[in-house]
Formats: sequence, C-alpha cells, structure tokens
Amino acid sequence: MIDVNKVRADFPFFAATDLAYLDNSATSQNPKCVMDAEWQFYVDSNANPFRGIYELSERATSAYEHGRETVKDFIHAKSTKEIVFTRNASESLNLIAYSFAPMVLEEGDEILVSILEHHSNMLPWRMAAEKAGATVKYLEVDRTGEVSVEMVQKALTPKTKIFAITQVSNIMGRENDIKAFAKLCHDNGTYIVCDGAQSVPHMPVDVQDLDVDFLVFSGHKMLAPMGIGVLYGKEEHLEAMPPFLTGGEMISTVSYDGMTLAELPHKFEAGTVNASGSVALEAAIKYIQSIGFEDIQARETMLCKRMLDGIKNIPHVTVLGSDDPADHHGICTFKIDGVHPHDISAIFADNNVAVRAGHHCAQPLHICLGIPSTTRASVMFYNTEEEVDRFLDILSQIRGAMGYGD
Amino acid sequence: MAINAFYNEILTDHNLHPMHKYNLKDPNLILEGLNPSCGDDIVLQLKMDENGVIVDGSYNGDGCAVSMASADMMLDLVIGKHKDEAKRLADIFVRMIKKEASEEEIEELEEAGSLRDISHMPSRVKCAVLGWHTMEELVDKEPIQNAGEHSGEAVSTE
Repeated sequence: MIDVNKVRADFPFFAATDLAYLDNSATSQNPKCVMDAEWQFYVDSNANPFRGIYELSERATSAYEHGRETVKDFIHAKSTKEIVFTRNASESLNLIAYSFAPMVLEEGDEILVSILEHHSNMLPWRMAAEKAGATVKYLEVDRTGEVSVEMVQKALTPKTKIFAITQVSNIMGRENDIKAFAKLCHDNGTYIVCDGAQSVPHMPVDVQDLDVDFLVFSGHKMLAPMGIGVLYGKEEHLEAMPPFLTGGEMISTVSYDGMTLAELPHKFEAGTVNASGSVALEAAIKYIQSIGFEDIQARETMLCKRMLDGIKNIPHVTVLGSDDPADHHGICTFKIDGVHPHDISAIFADNNVAVRAGHHCAQPLHICLGIPSTTRASVMFYNTEEEVDRFLDILSQIRGAMGYGD
Repeated sequence: MAINAFYNEILTDHNLHPMHKYNLKDPNLILEGLNPSCGDDIVLQLKMDENGVIVDGSYNGDGCAVSMASADMMLDLVIGKHKDEAKRLADIFVRMIKKEASEEEIEELEEAGSLRDISHMPSRVKCAVLGWHTMEELVDKEPIQNAGEHSGEAVSTE
C-alpha cells in the first residue's frame, strides 16, 4: 500500500504549496528524482547525441538510447526500432496522420474516430481525410461514455481503413477494450491507432498484447517534464512510412540531389533530439515501477470512490462516465445544474483547489452529449483523502455561493 | 468550512434574475460577442432612435455568471442614454478593470462598479468586458429596420 506522506515527500511541488492540485489529467507533477535525472544529464552528459566522436557525445547518445530501451520494456514493444520520441502525444498522432494515413487511404475510404477523442486525435484525421478524399465518421457515445464491442463492430465498414480511439477518455476516465477492438479492426482490414495519454500513466499497457498498430503518449502526464512524448508503431508500418520531418540525424547520407534515410527509429527524429527528456522519462518510468501499478490503481480507485460517493450526497451535481469508481482512472468530470463550469472552477481556485473547466479539448464530445462544457477533477496516486474532502466541501457550497437557495 | 466566493449578491442576482436577458421585439442593431477563452457567447440587441439614443436593449446567450451579469448591468446603465454617453461609460468600465478609473468615475457605473474586483482575476477580465465591448462596437453601426434574429457578424474579446 502507498504511504502517501512518503510519496509526497518525493515531490518538491507539495512542499512549496498547499494548493489541492486536482488537474492531473492535464499535466502531472514531477518527483525530485526525475528533475535530478534531467539536471544530471546536463551536468555530466551534455553533448549533441549521435554527432561527436568523443566520449561526452557518446555518453549523451547512450543516455538518450537507454531511455528508449526503458520505454520499450515499459510498454512491451518488440524492439527499440518501434519507439520514436516526439514532443508529445499530439505530435505522435500528427506524425501518423501525415506519414502513415496517405499510404493506406484512397478516395472514398473512411476513418472511424470515436467522439470521445481529444482534438489531437480528431483534427489530424480530418486533415488526412481531406487530403485523400476520404471521410471521417464518428462513433458516438452517451453520458456513460461506454464504447462496446458491438458498437465498434457496427461502425466498421469495408471502407474503414483507420480506427482512432483513446484507451482511456480524458473526460469519462472509462477504459476501452482496445484488445477486442484491435481484433475486430484487423479482421476488417482496418488499422487501429490508440491514444494512451490517459492510460499509460495509470495502468500496465502491453502493445503486443493489445495488438495495436500505433500507440501514443506524453511524458508530462506521467511525472516527466513537458516536451517528451512517444510514438509506438509496429516496425513494419514505421519501416514503410516516409519521414515526417527532414533534416539532421534522420539521414545516413545526403548527396546533391538524393538522400538515404537513417535506420528506424532515427528516420523520424529529425534535428537534435530531446536527450534530457528521454533521461527524465526513464526516471519517471522507474519511479512509477518502484511504486507499482497495482498500488497506483488501488489508490486512484480509492480516491475516485471517495469523490464519487461524496458527490452522490450533493444535490444538482451529475458525474459523467461509469458508475464504477475503478473505471474512472482518476478522472471525475461533472456538471452542476445552473452553474457555468468557469464559475465553478473560479470558485475552486479562490479556495485553493485546481480543477479544469471547459470542453477539455473534446468539444465534439460535448456537442454529442448536449452539454456546453464541464468541470473535471482528476487525481493521481499522490493526492490525499484530505484534498478530496476539501474538494467535496467546496463543491457542496457552490450553488449557494451562486445565489441558489438549496 | 465556509468557502471564499467573490461572487457578491449583486452579481449572482443579475445572473439568476436578469432584467434584460430576452429577445427584443424590434431591434435595429444586433451583434454577437464571443469570448473564446471561456466560451461565452452573447447576442446583444439594441433599439436606437434617429438621435443616437439607445431606447431599448436586451441580450441573449450562454456564458459564465460574470459575462452574463456584466452584460445585464451594462444594459441597466445604458438604456435611455445617448450612444456617446454609453461609450464613455464603457470606457470607464474598461479602465476600472485596469484599475485606472477614479472613485468618482466608478460611482457613475452604479451596480457595474461592483465588478471592480475582477481586476484581481486576469482570467475573468474578458468575461466581464464582453458585453461592454460588444456594445461599443454595435452602437457605431448603421441601424437597420428588422435587424432580425441574427446579423451573422461577431466580435471577439481575443
């Protein structure tokens, strides 16, 4: 079981504030070991990786590649050739939409996108569809956020070439059965692209077991700094794809009018890489592994249960997603009758609690549900019961503060 | 524990029981105002006579309490006034938010003066000024008969 006080002592953030930080789905806090790893890279390993023929540069290369090795093992990829470092999940998705989609899309084809998706798993597909003369079809959900196998089966057509879906919705927190969807897709001749931004930080993810064609995630949502993200792709796809960006480090030779591309994964990593980001992400993964997903999930479920149980006793508050606290993965998105989410989050802010208001980069989902915007509180294993109680106490007083009698 | 709430009674009252939130029967000036940061969206409707006096006004739309209440207070203040006077008051309001207005000026704003504390919350400033900016833009337009439900134009606080 997690000793939360011990865990919080690992995070310099908590020593410097008494803010109840409940916006972890947007970005997470960094433990000191992650900050130290990044700092240490600049102390003793800082040179341009892959470039210099001197020991320091080799040390930088090896630190960067060690991070890739750790990521590979973390998500159970077959080889480091399948791990491309990007800036974030959004960039990873754009890379797939720009480089992979044109290879497989023909005029009249369809891209199936779940309505749960973050804009970054929606807009790149619209661009790709437009370029190819294909169409984007949305797989709609109700307020429970459930996407069943039957729904996917019904939505797939012989024209569906790509299915883009999140493993855990950033609004609902509900987990999708990606493994079952991948099987359906492959039987249908469809590639499946999975957004792991909200799942990889909170649960064990095995890309071989899921059998997805692509999986993306961001470091900053899993205790690492901003600016390092991951694209996993099956080697056969990445091998066949043209480069996304061109320039330094992604070639092996360049002549006056030709070039030979570098081997995977370097083909997709043009320019000087984020070596310290890889090092920091490795430290974050090691930190998460030292705690263990079993304990992380138990604690996040406990905090979610406390939140959802508390909300049940507060009139006029409705939560989106599953009834099961274990299927929220730290995310609690709600609405209060008659109170605009920006007023809700402003009142929370005024009382030292950070929550998120708006459409959470998922505007089409809000349109689909007929809700203009929502408020989201999201916990991580380092949050405390006391923070959840503070949240509930404020929540119970918001309608009163807005002039409602009950 | 009692929570802090900067939403005073004047604000919540204008938000929950607005005087001017409806569609005017025969407006001759209509403009939509948008605040993309909060998603606030108002449609301001005015009726101006040939002398430039705002004889009636209303608004409709969706948004946070600050944007809605501020638009309601604004209409309370400018209905019956000449457009130049309405613009002068909008200027005071915007300067009040920037903490550049005098006490005497703020007094002229009547209930809208209660929004002065918004200046401490930079993220809410755009909500507070939305109705005022929309009005400033709108009063300089040429009035048209049967301005209709919607003019299709929009101003943004961005």
